[in-house]
Amino acid sequence: MSGATQRQRRYAQLGILLGPVSLFLAIFFLCPLAIMMIYSVLTPGLYGGAEWAFYPDNFGRILGFANPEFEVFDPVYLSIFLRSLRIALTTVAITLVVCYPAAFQVSRLPDRWKTFALFLITLPFFASLIVRLFVWVLILKKTGFANMVLQSLGIISEPADLIYTEGAIILGMVYIFIPFMFLPVYASVEKLDWSLVRASQDLGANGFQTFWRVIFPLTLPGVIGGSIIVFIPALGNFIVPAVLGGAKVMMLGNLIEQQFLSARNWPFGAALAMLVMAAVLFILFFYIRLEGRRGDDAPALR
Amino acid sequence: MQPSIVRLERVTKTFALPEGGMITALKAIDLDVRRNEFLTLLGPSGCGKTTLLHSISGFVQLDGGKVSIDGEDVTERPPHRRPVNTVFQNYALFPHMNVDKNVGYALDIAGTDGKERGRRVGAALELVGLSGLGGRLPRQLSGGQQQRVALARAIIARPKLLLLDEPLSALDRNLRQAMQIELKGLQAELGISFIFVTHDQEEALTMSDRLAVLEKGVIQQLDTPRSVYSRPANAFVASFIGASNLFEGAARSDGTDMLVVTPNGEHIRAAGSGTVANGQPVTALIRPEQFSLHNGGNGQPAAFIDADVEQIVFTGLNYQIHGRTPAGRKVVAIIAAVHQREVAEIDAAKKARLTYDPAGVQLIGASGGEP
Repeated sequence: MSGATQRQRRYAQLGILLGPVSLFLAIFFLCPLAIMMIYSVLTPGLYGGAEWAFYPDNFGRILGFANPEFEVFDPVYLSIFLRSLRIALTTVAITLVVCYPAAFQVSRLPDRWKTFALFLITLPFFASLIVRLFVWVLILKKTGFANMVLQSLGIISEPADLIYTEGAIILGMVYIFIPFMFLPVYASVEKLDWSLVRASQDLGANGFQTFWRVIFPLTLPGVIGGSIIVFIPALGNFIVPAVLGGAKVMMLGNLIEQQFLSARNWPFGAALAMLVMAAVLFILFFYIRLEGRRGDDAPALR
Repeated sequence: MQPSIVRLERVTKTFALPEGGMITALKAIDLDVRRNEFLTLLGPSGCGKTTLLHSISGFVQLDGGKVSIDGEDVTERPPHRRPVNTVFQNYALFPHMNVDKNVGYALDIAGTDGKERGRRVGAALELVGLSGLGGRLPRQLSGGQQQRVALARAIIARPKLLLLDEPLSALDRNLRQAMQIELKGLQAELGISFIFVTHDQEEALTMSDRLAVLEKGVIQQLDTPRSVYSRPANAFVASFIGASNLFEGAARSDGTDMLVVTPNGEHIRAAGSGTVANGQPVTALIRPEQFSLHNGGNGQPAAFIDADVEQIVFTGLNYQIHGRTPAGRKVVAIIAAVHQREVAEIDAAKKARLTYDPAGVQLIGASGGEP
């Protein structure tokens, strides 16, 4: 009796605590998402908007099963998709390579310097993203700083095409996403119990063996977490390619933006967005499976 | 003489403090560890005992001196190439590996083949009484079980020497006492030397063949537990090992016995005259259990201290009587529980006459401190 009332009280408390945020997400996240889902299978209207009729060819146009009467399959969408995937994965790889060793360095600093280093890493957030990206335009453009330096050093004679390339986009992405990779990686490195490293050495493992068998597996959650946090926004990012990729190198984000704003083809834009989300969910699903397996290890082996 | 398994020669280590300044953790330490002995390093925290242990396992870079294991100079060798293994204070079990992987770690590193590995892991788990738990993760084990896993992991590579860094400090009292006896048995069974670090003097006395008392980076005394207890080399050792009543004073001979006269006029009688020159500063040690209660009859005892009783603590086996001499010095006496009636009397009177045998009084500090 009293147990039941206590449980009711707990539910009431939970409801009060979680209610507002649940309501907010339901209204401002799930509803638009549902609208997008519906839009993605509607017929595009002649002058924008959508007509209330089922129309799978939005997806067909991208994935290759379009009814030629209505839409043409164009491999350019898949190639943009693949390019976005490639850029996002490269960004993840580079930020990881930069942040992983840095996290170890920072975690071994004295406390005062640690706080300062963390402050420096979050410092870019204090300036507007657009401003920071346009600084890269100034650096990378034909008459920009990078070309000037390279020319005056005699490394190149003609200004090189630095901006509006895939490389420029990756550079910008890495620049933006380094803090997103650093913080989760740092959190798991900071937590690492160095007595385990000692134990490993004591049991005969050299530095390399200790790294692969002890340090890396124990910091893997941070590595995976950081990778996801970087990969998801990098895949759909449209600001960086818009500023540093120009019209030459387009990513999914730009394509979607274009469909919604200039082409006024909401159903097609929604279909593209759904595919991005499907890709992300697919990857998250694998991550959760992986994490679940790690947790279940013990009973399975027993 | 058997050659020693570990020899430290003038081992020195200084640490820089984060606030600036230096602290000497080890001051030119010489130490020989015999084969097949259970040696305990005992001292308060910060005395350098863990640093000394790390100088053997290789986790500190020495500023000077030489470390040899089994006749080989290993001073410059990294930890993973030294034939010693360690049981760490917090066990340091790999949380992402199950018990089998933890215990077999050294074999996996060495590339021991599967059949041999399985056999040895099984044997090690059996030795510590954990057969059948190979699939568990460390977090699914109790503290005592984790302790055993750490032990099994450390002995599986058959080290020449096992180092134990306060391994029992996290266990509760009963389990700790059981493990003390088990560890001692294990050491005899394995036939290798154990170097055991602790700050718990009872643990050190129970388990060790020999006992090294460390303070301020120096070995104050190295001897069997009995000798360290009954003949402490100095006041630090005397007060660190067991409860002690120490009386600092000047030596005086009355013809038959030595007297230690404290500045506030107390006289402590010690057997044997002429061992300390008249007027020399000297400290007399009387262990609490050396006192007995004067029963009032038979006139004046040969040697005694009068004390005002402040507190009597009953521990089951005995009574601890905390008192103060007329001059204000604290004294502790331990009286066996069978003397219940006498204790009740002094409890009522709040006064006790504590007698002692002058032959049992130790003189410390002055040259020739042993009577």
